[in-house]
Amino acid sequence: MGKLFSAKNKEVFSAPISMNNPVTVQVLGICSALAVTSKLEPAIVMGLSVTIITAFSNVVISLIRKTIPNRIRIIVQLVVVAALVTIVSEFLKAFAYDVSVQLSVYVGLIITNCILMGRLEAFAMANGPWESCLDGIGNGLGYAKILVIVAFIRELLGSGTLLGYNILNYDAVKEAGYVNNGLMLMPPMALIIVACIIWYQRAKHKELQEND
Amino acid sequence: MNALRKYLDRIKPNFEEGGKYHAFRSVFDGFETFLFVPNTTSKTGTHIHDAIDSKRIMSFVVIALMPALLFGMYNVGYQHFHATGAEGGFWEMFLYGFLAVLPKIIVSYVVGLGIEFVVAQWKKEEIQEGFLVSGILIPMVVPVDCPLWMLAVAVAFSVIFAKEVFGGTGMNIFNPALVTRAFLFFAYPASMSGDAVWVSGESIFGLGKTVDGLTAATPLGIAKTAECPAFSWDMVTGLMPGSIGETSVIAIAVGAVILLWSGVASWKTMLSVFVGGALMGMVFNAWGPDTAIAHMPWYEHLCLGGFCFGAVFMATDPVTSSRTENGKFIYGFLIGAMAIIIRVLNPGYPEGMMLAILLMNIFAPLIDYVVVENNISRRAKRAVSNN
Repeated sequence: MGKLFSAKNKEVFSAPISMNNPVTVQVLGICSALAVTSKLEPAIVMGLSVTIITAFSNVVISLIRKTIPNRIRIIVQLVVVAALVTIVSEFLKAFAYDVSVQLSVYVGLIITNCILMGRLEAFAMANGPWESCLDGIGNGLGYAKILVIVAFIRELLGSGTLLGYNILNYDAVKEAGYVNNGLMLMPPMALIIVACIIWYQRAKHKELQEND
Repeated sequence: MNALRKYLDRIKPNFEEGGKYHAFRSVFDGFETFLFVPNTTSKTGTHIHDAIDSKRIMSFVVIALMPALLFGMYNVGYQHFHATGAEGGFWEMFLYGFLAVLPKIIVSYVVGLGIEFVVAQWKKEEIQEGFLVSGILIPMVVPVDCPLWMLAVAVAFSVIFAKEVFGGTGMNIFNPALVTRAFLFFAYPASMSGDAVWVSGESIFGLGKTVDGLTAATPLGIAKTAECPAFSWDMVTGLMPGSIGETSVIAIAVGAVILLWSGVASWKTMLSVFVGGALMGMVFNAWGPDTAIAHMPWYEHLCLGGFCFGAVFMATDPVTSSRTENGKFIYGFLIGAMAIIIRVLNPGYPEGMMLAILLMNIFAPLIDYVVVENNISRRAKRAVSNN
């Protein structure tokens, strides 16, 4: 067990969640971060789906990495990811139909998520299955973390609810003059919130700032 | 004046490094340079000096805005007294409007300058003067019923995200006053458009009278939903519902004369906005879809809504508009044309001036680039043919 959770493996798992976050540091997967974060529930489901798919595709590709001919590796990776995406999509349709409808095409579009292909190319093609699994889960959770933060802010300020439960839409609040912010439900605000997270993270960690 | 100068000189050491009010250095500096033109000059490099500094330019714009603002205050009162049927003379109407508009001006300045002071202190820079103008423009482009807290949120958003993140005054891509309006427009559409926000139905300190559920549509709103209103002189004088400062063509024309006379605004931008709007209006009159707003005569398009206000005070903003002389024609023309296109073709928005200017703000650098490159290649060709 000692080897399984060595310091290096812990680093592989935790770096993408904070200091090497795929969304805020590598700026990948932005499109789906804009599209599915107007409500908290789809954002959580989306984050979990991406985590599962990244983890499993990383493991599968890592297992067969030595037998994949280099020239057609992208096609092989795509087939693996597409199979996993289809499984997750069917699973959601069967057990969480409402969320699946809300996410609509974005579940299928996980296949084009840059984080997935990025991890396969950069990590799974060169590392063993266990490390790849940790890396996949770490990156998926790093992505999910940003999605949940953005969706939390957008749903609370835009709709006045959280996970569909009423937080701000009471008569007393309306009497006081409060109105939900419609701009929060539009994609531009997701970009601005992601930018604020990046701003905060870089202000806090000087090593992330580029020298120009 | 001398007494003031002496007083400032006496308290100045308190604000310098090590003084007891050092934390308010930027505030002191801001006020000092607002009252007196600084006599310091740069010590290194080659600089071109102008006798006028940007605080003085901003003061000219604020003076040019005064006629539209004062008329806007009167119009707020006039609309209220007419819609509610309350009795009142000129001064009561003006006082009512003054009391309705004043809180908006205060909120806009307090929030905007507050953020500027904090940023200036934090970055150890001087206070930037750009907000002097934005702060007065913002209350003039919102409807009278816009709640103060919304205005405060929008001003904060605009100053931080449209201005400070780009590097402050002079570095912004978008006009901060228009970003404030766009934020309000998209975030709180119910408080920024429709029929219920343009005329205040509340009495203030016993002036006027409170009427619930008062509605009054702007002429553009009527043209959008019902039929095109006939031209009347109220559209020129400005006695019609609308955002606070935008209604009166005459008051804005006075402002335009001040801006052009002082050389702050470019006549090229201003003129081409009107030309673009008029031409596009005629195009829609001739070939447009069969809707009321497409049949609206071009001169009515120019008088109504925020067209004049945008053309004179927003499109000519020296920071966000094109800087090349030929570019100003293209930039202005496209703003005018785009504003009418959005008005006529977009079913959701009766007004297009705000979106047109914001859109062209993005393209201003591109227009400049094309004009400069074009000039370079033209002269290069001439040099070749002369040899």
